[in-house]
Amino acid sequence: MSLSTLTKPWEAMSYGFLDGSAKRELRRKMLKSVAVPGCQTPYASREVPMARGWGTGGLQVSLTLVNPQTRVKVIDQGADDSVNAASIRRFISRVAGTPTTMDTLEADLIQSRHRIPEEILREDQVLVLQVPNPEPLRPVQPNMSIARQMHADADYGRMWLQLYEQIVRSGRVMQGASYPSLVHGRHVMTPSPIPRWDVPKLHMAKHLTILSAGREKRIFAVPPYTKVEPLVFSDVPYKVEEHGHLTCTRSGATGFFMNEIPQDDGSSAFEVSDSEWGVKTIRARDGEGESRGETWYKDGEMSE
Amino acid sequence: MTLTLDTPKIVQTRPLLQVRDVSKSYGPVQAVRNVSAHAYPGEVLGIVGESGSGKSTLLRMMNLEEIPDTGSYTLDLPDVSGNLFELDRFARRMLCATKIGIVYQNPHLGLLMKHSSSGNVAERLLVAGERSFATLRQAATEALDASEFPLDRLDAPPIELSGGMQQRVQLAKAIALEPALLLLDEPTTGLDVSVQALVLDTLKRLQQDRHITMVIVSHDLGVIRTLADRVMVMRRGEVVETGLADQIFQDPQHPYTQQLVHAKL
Repeated sequence: MSLSTLTKPWEAMSYGFLDGSAKRELRRKMLKSVAVPGCQTPYASREVPMARGWGTGGLQVSLTLVNPQTRVKVIDQGADDSVNAASIRRFISRVAGTPTTMDTLEADLIQSRHRIPEEILREDQVLVLQVPNPEPLRPVQPNMSIARQMHADADYGRMWLQLYEQIVRSGRVMQGASYPSLVHGRHVMTPSPIPRWDVPKLHMAKHLTILSAGREKRIFAVPPYTKVEPLVFSDVPYKVEEHGHLTCTRSGATGFFMNEIPQDDGSSAFEVSDSEWGVKTIRARDGEGESRGETWYKDGEMSE
Repeated sequence: MTLTLDTPKIVQTRPLLQVRDVSKSYGPVQAVRNVSAHAYPGEVLGIVGESGSGKSTLLRMMNLEEIPDTGSYTLDLPDVSGNLFELDRFARRMLCATKIGIVYQNPHLGLLMKHSSSGNVAERLLVAGERSFATLRQAATEALDASEFPLDRLDAPPIELSGGMQQRVQLAKAIALEPALLLLDEPTTGLDVSVQALVLDTLKRLQQDRHITMVIVSHDLGVIRTLADRVMVMRRGEVVETGLADQIFQDPQHPYTQQLVHAKL
């Protein structure tokens, strides 16, 4: 018996870039965060060849979850083709040999920055969200040790203080993204900077959502069929962005979350933010076949 | 002819607050040694003493911020029972939020400096579970009005306000939930004399209107004399003398009290 029979042949790197122990730790932390929905679990965020703040947390989760059959979709602010999304997608497929896709319905794993796709996700799909700041209590309690105690005590009274001041100052809730939400009636989480439009999609969703902050080294999850309730005053209802009536200038799609594009004459044009949804709508319009799935929003209103 | 007399009122009423034999030491320093205190409903108890006499520690214990080594603490209120020092953190927080109000000497301890004044008051109700914006707004305005805070500065953050105004915000926050007990830790120290007088006026009027039981800690005898019904004199962690305010000021018995009163006059 020689040493070479006992050891593995030399490889430039482990499968999926992260080494075995890193992936094992992440899996355990993911299980833990699924077990306690919305609760932030600390983990040892590893180095990946990307700067902190560019989605390192989400990337580590994706690299842990993939196998050579996993179809990967990466979105950046709704778009599949932005530089950041394209680079992450290429990196994952290069180190893990995964097929990639832009179609939400075909994807097994979706890593996303700031958006949830417009089409309803299924039980067998996993959504990975990149989180810059995982602590919802930070604006009202800068001391993180005390914030953790507040989470333990479910002492969330101060969260409404933020909303109170926004209403006092501006007449309405100004929190546009990262709208604090109560998960499973217990932990308040920040659902990463997704717009208010996307928060209701997490409520009783069929898919698993994992939220990971690489720089802050925190991971938390919304398991399938879990209640996610945005924090509101009893007399001030939750409102999503008023995009229900807007029409996309390129695809003609109406009733979805839009990107505003300023025009030379001072007016604005709108373009559907979920780029793949726009592409599918254009294909259907041009008679290239219907590939669109069921959407969460119908005629600009959240269904159910 | 038989004459039936009712039991005197003072015998009928039980003290609202009772602290028995509390001791607390910080390492080798004994901050409070076997101190007992009580306050009847609607009464103002003054605690005087020099710096380091343990009066603020005693007050922090009454606010359940600090747990003594030995001793017990009871509040005679409908849904409160047992030794409050034995409550868990969660129960303690709810009790402090709903039954006890506190005004600190340093507004930074009691207020969120960068949030609005009305928000600071509303926070108290939020912690107690109020979730209606209209109710919060109204309650905050009423409490600030009651503590004579100018309502045009309702939403200014305390950091932009003067010291006297900050104390009024603290006071409004303390009384927002109509607590049974109001604790005042040197509420006017650091304010100039005219503002001090105005804050004391507000306190006195509040006491008359609402009959809140108050415990006021101060090293300033003038403040104690204006407000307190009964006075406790503390020195080196022990109570050296207790009595009605007039009694203490006109006829002090303990040499230290005599010195204190003399120094003032």
